Amino acid sequence: MNAVTGTGIGASVRRKEDYRFITGQGTYTDDINRPGQLHAYFVRSPHAFAKIKSIDTAAAKASAGVVAVFTGQELAADKVGGLICGWTVTGKDGTPHKAPPHPAIALDTARCVGDQVAVVIATTKEIARDAGEKIVVDYDVLQAVVDPVDTLKPNAPQLHAEAPGNLCYDWEFGDRASTDAGFAKAAHVVKLDLINNRLSPNPMEPRVAIGEHDRATDTTTCYSTSQNPHVLRLILCAFIFGLPEHKVRVVAPDVGGGFGSKIFCYAEEVVCVWASRKLNKPVKWTSDRSEAFLTDAHGRDHVTHAELALDKDGKFLALKCSTIANMGAYLSTFASCVPSYLYALLLAGQYTTPAIYAEVKAVFTNTTPVDAYRGAGRPEATYVVERLVEVAARQLNMDPAEIRKKNFIAPDAFPYQTPVAVAYDSGQYELSMNEALKMVDYKGFAGRRAESEKRGMLRGIGFAAYIEACGIAPSAVVGSLGAGVGLWESASVRFNPTGSVSVFTGSHSHGQGHETTFAQVVSEKMGVPIEQIDIVHGDTQRIPMGMGTYGSRSLAVGGSAIVKACDKLIAKGKKIAAHLMEAAVDDVEFDAGMFKVAGTDKSVPIGQVCFTAYVPHNYPADLEPGFEENAFYDPSNFTYPAGTHIAEVEVDPGSGHVTIAKWVAVDDFGNVINPMVVEGQVHGGVAQGVGQAMLEGVVYDKASGQLLTGSFMDYTMPRADDLPNFDVGMTHTPCPHNPLGVKGCGEAGAIAAPAALMNAITDALGVEIDMPATPEKVWRAAQGKVRALAAE
Amino acid sequence: MATVSMTVNGNKVSRDVEPRTLLVQYIREHLELTGTHVGCDTSQCGACVVHVDGQSVKSCTILAAQAEGSQVTTIEGLAKDGKLHPMQEAFREHHALQCGFCTPGMIMSAIDLVEKNPKLTEEDIRHGLEGNLCRCTGYHNIVKAIAAAAKTMGG
Repeated sequence: MNAVTGTGIGASVRRKEDYRFITGQGTYTDDINRPGQLHAYFVRSPHAFAKIKSIDTAAAKASAGVVAVFTGQELAADKVGGLICGWTVTGKDGTPHKAPPHPAIALDTARCVGDQVAVVIATTKEIARDAGEKIVVDYDVLQAVVDPVDTLKPNAPQLHAEAPGNLCYDWEFGDRASTDAGFAKAAHVVKLDLINNRLSPNPMEPRVAIGEHDRATDTTTCYSTSQNPHVLRLILCAFIFGLPEHKVRVVAPDVGGGFGSKIFCYAEEVVCVWASRKLNKPVKWTSDRSEAFLTDAHGRDHVTHAELALDKDGKFLALKCSTIANMGAYLSTFASCVPSYLYALLLAGQYTTPAIYAEVKAVFTNTTPVDAYRGAGRPEATYVVERLVEVAARQLNMDPAEIRKKNFIAPDAFPYQTPVAVAYDSGQYELSMNEALKMVDYKGFAGRRAESEKRGMLRGIGFAAYIEACGIAPSAVVGSLGAGVGLWESASVRFNPTGSVSVFTGSHSHGQGHETTFAQVVSEKMGVPIEQIDIVHGDTQRIPMGMGTYGSRSLAVGGSAIVKACDKLIAKGKKIAAHLMEAAVDDVEFDAGMFKVAGTDKSVPIGQVCFTAYVPHNYPADLEPGFEENAFYDPSNFTYPAGTHIAEVEVDPGSGHVTIAKWVAVDDFGNVINPMVVEGQVHGGVAQGVGQAMLEGVVYDKASGQLLTGSFMDYTMPRADDLPNFDVGMTHTPCPHNPLGVKGCGEAGAIAAPAALMNAITDALGVEIDMPATPEKVWRAAQGKVRALAAE
Repeated sequence: MATVSMTVNGNKVSRDVEPRTLLVQYIREHLELTGTHVGCDTSQCGACVVHVDGQSVKSCTILAAQAEGSQVTTIEGLAKDGKLHPMQEAFREHHALQCGFCTPGMIMSAIDLVEKNPKLTEEDIRHGLEGNLCRCTGYHNIVKAIAAAAKTMGG
């Protein structure tokens, strides 16, 4: 840590952003109201699949206070482009995925419950909603299909003419021949059928969009609950409206959680921006929670068959899996890459498995679109690998820790080339696992299990040794895999004349604490206390450029860009300091805020250098004034955090209730800037993973396609009394290829937790069940175990 | 329209509102106190909790008219003369918030929990928070913060 400031790297500095949040002064998008603002209400399809025969808007239009009613026809007439998918996945047969048209308001067909059918713009929210109920839509209701397996059947309803058989893509990855060879020589083969349940992200803040057009400058502003304002601007400009980017501003102020669901460009943003330009009035839409369940992109929804081949000693020889991934009714912004490149490339896990093959069919159904949700593909991969490994240990009667250690990639094998394209940067997998075993008191587990059984309870323990890939990059590689964007990040670090610092970052903070941790990085680098450093984000007009926050990339990529900008400032500062001290530039060193001439007692503080740069009365002749630098950073590789989570549960066979008795997480995120913040990210990730494993699951009625889990009354969110305290430990294996040596921590908990918990619950029960392990499922499964124990 | 009057954060206020106006709309839209949030439409999430006559109330669940004449405290009214309430301090000290959206309701609920039961246990806290959802923190640090604040508040 920086000795001068005490607020540098490694300090659990209390968050700078907290004061406004704990006093109610945060500014979320719904807190913004623009002069003359109108309100939008969307009429949505109540049917999962229906032809729209006619829409009668006359009564709504005639209502007092209604300014306009629009349908898809008006958007089409104005040549408003449809929503896009920014990543093209190429299938087995060499053809690109099918991305059927996705109009912001449906034209002639509604393909899921909640699909936009019309929008009412009125002077108040209440008037808009009341008028919306006067719109009469004549539907020809069609048979819907919601299940990803059913939708591939020959007689299934067909969603899009552009996607025959409802197939988005049929994709494969890995080496089939070497994988088959591994299975041919296997002593044991473990087979599992797994369902990765569909989830609703549910950030506590519902989405909001405000469009506002300024005729004076012909500039349109979109206030949005976005994780990546520049990406949203790019999509709105280049694909939806054909507007130049300098005429569109996207502002994403305080955002109340995202978890992936606020990465995407949604219909409501398009409509509010378009309507504000058409009506020359600001237009605002605020989602209610029911709309959020229907329209925020969902996560997961895989059906997988997986197999692991082992030799007689428990060494992994090969892994293969076949997955059907539900894309929902349309292809969302980055949906295609989630069950392909963010999934199959992680199937090596922490192991030396020499041959891997995966095939994925992505399919359309009459459901809400599915896209990236905390972890995005990586939790699904970890679930496949870690469930297979655990079941292998059980079938071979091996200790689940030992079978993992036997197959771990050794610490001296890095960089490690996996058989699924990616090369891991660094890791010490056994170190993390040993720490976790110690923390959970693994040796004492048998005694604890016996004690539980005395009380009529079933105890189980489960492991997840997960791998994550963060900071997806470099741009050239992701481009070759089909990404339509570069995955760099930008930063601008500006010292103001009197020494305070403004840092402009393209990363976006919506709970991650960047205003503190990024300031710590600058504090460490430049020797300035964090009170004098402001992190500015979330406004395309203030931040030069950016790619936003997702995939645990902010620190590894965005933080590295900040470091690069700081390095440029230090280099410039040395020239100024050398001039002031009448020394050679090469003799000037910089440390903890002071420029010094090596081997002398001459020094000038950074504040003086900065002031001199703006008041250059005594200044190097060939140097530009000013003390501000920009930098872009494009990583040379992903970075690969990893770790071991261990869950210990007690199951009440009488009620099916599962109590999480212990949760140990030992993660290796490389170097850590703020341990307090990082532990908080682990807690939150684990809570979402526990939610997936035990509580959450989006349910559609198969016959009607209706969403049955459409509110917090029906969709079980984790509450305080569902969760334990988490025992969090860390090991630190720095990332070798970014300047901070950091990996990423945002998604790890959500990646590790479902596998660890399901391994523990199935260990207790002695039989396989699918997520979510609800009390009913657990109770049914427990009855067999109770009978077996009674017979012993 | 109906005239609804009450005292909010010590200030007497009066507004003409539609009779169907919820207390949370009155607070957010008419008084422009946007610290109180709306996170759901089924009274499940607790982002809108305020104090009405000393009781924690989900302000999305009562009409403004039902609070006629009441003393209402919102998150903006907790700090006195620039000094944070011990619960606010504890949330910051224990990193009990991330995105901050559930935080105002969480803090208002927590204060009521502690005031009703100053000696509350961890189990009491977890059970008492059943009406408040947080998607970021996994509740771990919220529970710690409330336990710490309970001590400061004189439990």
